[in-house]
Amino acid sequence: MDSSTTSFMSELRKTSLNALHRRLGAKMVNFGGWDMPVEYPSSGGLIAEHKAVRGSVGVFDVSHMGDIRIHGAKKPGGALVAVQHIAMNDASKLAIGQAQYSAMLYPEGTFVDDVIVHRLGEDDYLLVINAGTREKDINWVRENTKGFDCVVEDLSDAYTQLAIQGPRAAEVVQKLTDADLSAIKNYWFTHGTVCGLKTTLIARTGYTGEDGFEIYVPSDVATSERVWHQVTEAGRGFGIVPCGLGARNTLRLESKMALYGHEISDKINVWEAGLDRYCKVEKGDFVGRTALERAKAVGVTRTLVGIEMIERGIARDEYGCCNEAGERIGMVTSGSPSPTLGKNIALAYVPPSYSAQGTVLYVEIRGQKCKAQVIATPFYKRQKKAAPQVA
Amino acid sequence: MAYPKSFRYTKEHEWVDVKGDLATIGITDHAQHELGDVVFVELPKPGAKIETGKSFGTVESVKAVSEIYAPASGEVIEINSELQNKPETINSDPHGAAWLIKVRLTNAAGISDLMDAAAYEAYIAEKGKETSA
Repeated sequence: MDSSTTSFMSELRKTSLNALHRRLGAKMVNFGGWDMPVEYPSSGGLIAEHKAVRGSVGVFDVSHMGDIRIHGAKKPGGALVAVQHIAMNDASKLAIGQAQYSAMLYPEGTFVDDVIVHRLGEDDYLLVINAGTREKDINWVRENTKGFDCVVEDLSDAYTQLAIQGPRAAEVVQKLTDADLSAIKNYWFTHGTVCGLKTTLIARTGYTGEDGFEIYVPSDVATSERVWHQVTEAGRGFGIVPCGLGARNTLRLESKMALYGHEISDKINVWEAGLDRYCKVEKGDFVGRTALERAKAVGVTRTLVGIEMIERGIARDEYGCCNEAGERIGMVTSGSPSPTLGKNIALAYVPPSYSAQGTVLYVEIRGQKCKAQVIATPFYKRQKKAAPQVA
Repeated sequence: MAYPKSFRYTKEHEWVDVKGDLATIGITDHAQHELGDVVFVELPKPGAKIETGKSFGTVESVKAVSEIYAPASGEVIEINSELQNKPETINSDPHGAAWLIKVRLTNAAGISDLMDAAAYEAYIAEKGKETSA
């Protein structure tokens, strides 16, 4: 079994919902040093959870994600200057109540982490970061904002973060809040009363490729469990199920969303990862920009492509990719059966000359070269509704 | 799910049912539960030789690849080809319809070294305690 445990059980960190997950009978795994549910047999397991999110609604505990607040100190605008320096997207374009996908980079133009930057107020930003990179990220942010006129706060332990995801997510969350969710566009957020908790951050964000919300509530166990129960109760009529990291991974993979340590890392730069549209070199200087401009002039030697298996076999992380001549040309970064498409899909880095749709590749699976081909991504794209339906 | 009394079990969660010098081999209910939804099975061809403790195939769930280790040595005489199209049978009937291979044993007596049902149940109960501590 794949239990690549890197630290001892006693050292694993737990979210405030850990005991609840165990009571629900979740299968727990070590994810980046966190003891997290990978799937819930009581939900019907990974595939059932995945399909619930695509077809209706599911709820995830994502409290292991970190939260860094950067707000102004003395003069107005100090926080914006800092955020512009440490993240590659253009935060000056954000309205209050708006969020954007971005990334923090090393001077080499490779990834410290990807982040969602929320503009909370006039000169006030919240960066939501990955669990496995929390300490590294907060240290890096503190180091790289030294001398800037801003205050950096690590709020990671203050929040329980729940992701309610799926086409019926808005209806579920609307039952629990006075905020008008139909007024919140994708990648926008508001503050409202949720489950009686005033000024709760409600963001129309997620990591599944579906419509959905992420809510941030106080992280004490009693509040966290109460909100979880109210969410599952509100979703009962829609068949809501608790979902684990297993479904979270297959959902994000179908939607070609990057996972740190896989599609993005300290060895991979922005152009290779194909995240160009979130990287605004024209906005002014930021950490990694100089190297990226140089890299752009040189051109990339590898690029991220989506592949589907033609022959029997499942491409997995770190399996090699070969050309027809049998030469090793690249590597799979994430691979899995796709519950939505009923195919075996993967993301892989290959030279640009192998990136055209229809290009035949061979994935090395336990010594066998199994035929695959490059296909269009994202593998799955949801149908956008004309208007969000909120009960 | 009950663990058949007539089977023997390995620490790697395979079961073996021996009749004379013929052995039927599968993975246990505990193994399928740990794996989750099984989506892919890779088995040796009839005529292949398998060797005690060595991997002879793989079972894959959505999230994981798991090797299957031979509980005994011998020659594969039949494989369960139904599993190619219905790998999920491993989740629903791991000790029955989802047998993996049938093997002619080179040393049927060696099987008695493996755990019986009671010992295996105690073994997995002990492992469960370790991970929920």
